[in-house]
Amino acid sequence: MSRPAIYRLVIILGFVALLEVLCLTGTIDVITMQPPHRMIMDLFAMLSSGSLNAAIAKTLSNAAIAFVLALVVGVMTAVVLYRFRLARDVLDPLFATYYAIPVFAFYPLLIIVLGLGDAPQILLGFMLAVVAVIVNTLNGLDRVPRVLLKTARVNHMGPVETAAKIMLPSAAPYVLTGAKLAVAYSLIGIIGAEFIMSRGGMGYEISFAYNNFDNATMYPLIILILFVSISVNTILAYWEKRLMRRRGQG
Amino acid sequence: MTSAAHVTLRAAEKSFQRPGSKEIVHAMGPIDLDLRKGEFFAVVGPSGCGKSTMLELIAGLTTASKGGVEFEGNAIGNRIPDGVGVVFQEDASFPWMTVRNNIEFGLRRTKLSREEREGRVSRALNMMGLSAFAESYPAQLSGGMRQRVCIARTLVTQPRLILLDEPFGALDQQTRLLMGDELLRLWRHTGATVFLITHALDEAAMLADRIGVMSARPGRLLDIVETGWPKDRDSRIVEDNRFGEITARLWRSLRTESMKSMGKAGAA
Repeated sequence: MSRPAIYRLVIILGFVALLEVLCLTGTIDVITMQPPHRMIMDLFAMLSSGSLNAAIAKTLSNAAIAFVLALVVGVMTAVVLYRFRLARDVLDPLFATYYAIPVFAFYPLLIIVLGLGDAPQILLGFMLAVVAVIVNTLNGLDRVPRVLLKTARVNHMGPVETAAKIMLPSAAPYVLTGAKLAVAYSLIGIIGAEFIMSRGGMGYEISFAYNNFDNATMYPLIILILFVSISVNTILAYWEKRLMRRRGQG
Repeated sequence: MTSAAHVTLRAAEKSFQRPGSKEIVHAMGPIDLDLRKGEFFAVVGPSGCGKSTMLELIAGLTTASKGGVEFEGNAIGNRIPDGVGVVFQEDASFPWMTVRNNIEFGLRRTKLSREEREGRVSRALNMMGLSAFAESYPAQLSGGMRQRVCIARTLVTQPRLILLDEPFGALDQQTRLLMGDELLRLWRHTGATVFLITHALDEAAMLADRIGVMSARPGRLLDIVETGWPKDRDSRIVEDNRFGEITARLWRSLRTESMKSMGKAGAA
């Protein structure tokens, strides 16, 4: 392990150890937070009892749907915008300011239009994630060397085949950066939506547990979300690193 | 000569509008030229004279503003003709594919059998000295080897006309001489017509049967030099006295033109 990685681990473990000490000595009282080892035990108890399996499945599958939709629609939109300069010039400034808009503020409207089911929650996750995919994919497409596009033409490739076989593979590391962001954004969108407009899911269960002082449910759920998000991100980051190394970068 | 012409340019001209303004730039021509079937033709000229434009016209990557270009008797419009392979100056290898897959790329889109494709790829790997690197990625290779991958990728499609746009421009001098030898070997082996653009006069003098000398922009053909080299030649002809004469003749034609392109018109 590299030195920065060791220091990073030491900082994280030190922070957890500090929390453990503060909780055990009663500096942080038990109603506010349980000691970390307790959270882990509660997490295992929760998972083995299966009491919240339905909520976990709902959140993760909705986040997965939002993520896949954002990736597919985002990449396709980027390819189309790359071809149509005018549309891109019109939309570029809007993308740049997109994340200044708090999409959660529109939740009443989403409920009115789409009801209280899964649809408005998935839409929120999708809306948060899709623009990151578009922006990063476009960035990658802009960097496709012109000589590769000429090579495609010399090989009699049409626009669709060129996009699929030359442009997107060439832009893959950038698409992957967009995908990494999309994982985080779709989880944020889904869980945030569950806090405010849902009758199920991990977000809903966290806020329900919070309202009932049920720390044995709330903290394990928070840890589980952290764990899922970090794992998916780590896998994508590893893949990205492998791609970059293959190309002699990094 | 016309009966054996493989590629014909007839008063071919190219103009384009400078992006963001109404100014029309006359980039090249008019040029009249017949490439004989199976010959090695090189073009030299000052930078910016429209050498690459000429290659793109023949490749079908751009269309002539006036005049016409024919390949094997058919007019080249905006359609890329079959049987033409192009090697560019820039590294055009696909960084996400192994060397083997890079070379096979053009063949995957044909109806050839799997055995035939694999056979051609392994022959090309051998010929270009890349067999040991078949499963490597381009990033693991040197610039010269990456360019060999691109040449191999073009060769496996067995083009009847090979267009090379300063393919060795980014390589060091020794590598260029050796790559020149390989190019001569491939040319003899395939019997294809070769059209090479280069800024290096010695490279043109060493490789080509005939050398076209282009003027400053808008590029026209000022002179066509016949080298008279035997077909069976290699880089050792640089020792031949005639090599120096040819290079000197090329430079005599080009000196004034190169000054023009550097903005020193009149300083002869």
